[in-house]
Amino acid sequence: MATAIGKGHHSLYANFRPCYSLPSCKNTGEYSGPEYQVVRGVVESLKIITRQANLRVAEYAFHYTKEHGRERVSAIHKANIMQKTEGLFLKGSREVAEKTSEKSCSFCCLVVSNLYGNIISDLCAGLVGGLGLTASCKIGEGGIALAEAVPGSAPDIAGKNSANPTTLLLSGVSILRHLNLHDKPDQIQNAILDTIAEGKYRTADLGVFPGFFSRSRITSAVSIMGKLM
Amino acid sequence: MTTARSIIPLLNRLISRSQPSRSVTYMHRPGDGSPRPVTLIPGDGVGPLVTDAVEQVMEAMHAPVYFEKFEVHGTMKKFPEEVLDSIRKNKVCIKGGLATPMGGGVNSLNVYLRKELDLYASLVNCFNMRGLPTRHENVDIVVIRENTEGEYAGLEHEVVPGVVESLKVITKFCSERIASYAFEYAYLNNRKKVTAVHKANIMKLADGLFLEACREVAQKYPAIQYNEIIVDNCCMQLVSKPEQFDVMVTPNLYGNLVANTAAGICGGTGVMPGGNVGAEHAVFEQGASAGNVGKDSIVAQKTANPVALLLSSAMMLRHLQFPAFADRLETAVQKVILQGKVRTKDLGGSSTTQEVVDAVIDALD
Repeated sequence: MATAIGKGHHSLYANFRPCYSLPSCKNTGEYSGPEYQVVRGVVESLKIITRQANLRVAEYAFHYTKEHGRERVSAIHKANIMQKTEGLFLKGSREVAEKTSEKSCSFCCLVVSNLYGNIISDLCAGLVGGLGLTASCKIGEGGIALAEAVPGSAPDIAGKNSANPTTLLLSGVSILRHLNLHDKPDQIQNAILDTIAEGKYRTADLGVFPGFFSRSRITSAVSIMGKLM
Repeated sequence: MTTARSIIPLLNRLISRSQPSRSVTYMHRPGDGSPRPVTLIPGDGVGPLVTDAVEQVMEAMHAPVYFEKFEVHGTMKKFPEEVLDSIRKNKVCIKGGLATPMGGGVNSLNVYLRKELDLYASLVNCFNMRGLPTRHENVDIVVIRENTEGEYAGLEHEVVPGVVESLKVITKFCSERIASYAFEYAYLNNRKKVTAVHKANIMKLADGLFLEACREVAQKYPAIQYNEIIVDNCCMQLVSKPEQFDVMVTPNLYGNLVANTAAGICGGTGVMPGGNVGAEHAVFEQGASAGNVGKDSIVAQKTANPVALLLSSAMMLRHLQFPAFADRLETAVQKVILQGKVRTKDLGGSSTTQEVVDAVIDALD
């Protein structure tokens, strides 16, 4: 999807990326924003944080943590500088933490507001090998879930059959898990991880191997692996 | 430290082999050698430990500076006027961090000082140090961050209970001057590329204005490459291929995040130097995360890393036009890091602040 993140998806409120589990507030924060030019050469951008949105995403974070056997939730903020807005975000996280009596310590599951979520999730993707490998799933009210490859449509490699299909395959796995179907997604995920680990079939973003392999070839490799399991 | 002493000649040869030495031909004006006053603010937490380290090393070098010390704490309601007057008179200040209470009440005094003195450029130099292996090599990034507006404008209010708004203000004036500083820095320091960091795909007007200013300034420096990168992609590139970056210019918040990330990949905020500069004054402090005053345990055990502030004080000496003293201090610190025997906990060792200071003083030539 080549449109701006969050615009128009009013009922989607949490975005998580399974690798590092980053629920983030999707339709508030820095991206909610009206911007306007006050006078020529001066622009204001509004960042809106609401208690309701914070509670929703914090609850999702703790729910996810419990369901997936993670131990900790960490709230990421800048409340020393933006004391009221980030302060409200922190208060919401702490309220939910007290309710579920979880403690926040180190990085297992992070709950963040919109901009930081975007930055941190891309940063973590960079640490594990790039945007070609991370999945993403946006959660909304009433059980809506939208899984997508990665924000960014990469126009430079479109149509060349060389995009890394791992990310969309893993996002598909997230959808299946969200629907509480657990054995098939495990099979698919293991097949994907085995294909990558084997090292024979890799797209260009994953490293230099003699002969790049195309997306369609890799997808076939994954399905063959899956059938063998 | 007899072991240190016996290794120094070997280190001298190692370092001089890689950097052919010649005497510095800095022709001073008569009277330049008289001691210059510098305002010193120890600050909170680890601040007093590391500023004391600077004082000791300056004394050992007989550097032509003397310090006017003032007590300031993050819990104060406002910045003492006498300290501001001192900085206005001396033009140069070196400080430790001031602790900022979280989420309500007092505004950050670190930010207040930058705005009050209009220190519009914050500079952090993140680079690989020999002897300190990190995940990446050949990294030498300078992050130049707009220091007075953006998300740090401090304009927040509660619209109705449970809904808070924060105003991010971007002006052409501030964006132009920070871009000019960044390109001028690149020009004066023989840097090849300036990268602007932004999120203009989302904040089209605000970050768009910032980019417009950067592009205009870029045209005046045709010999310097200019490119733009979105902040989330930037962070990803920083942790996977940081060697592609040279000088980076950013608005306030992104600069904070990018500078800390860059510092983290080169060895941590305990080693990276930096400072804040405006048209009239300069305040030197630990490069990134200057507001982080350290854990109580580090303060109690006196194991704070003084390297960042020592290197910042070397930058200060250069700013005061004492290049030979700056070189001596930097060389001594680099020797200690390369030797690897005396290191604080954040670098994988177990030394105290004083032990590092002693090693640096020993390594001075």
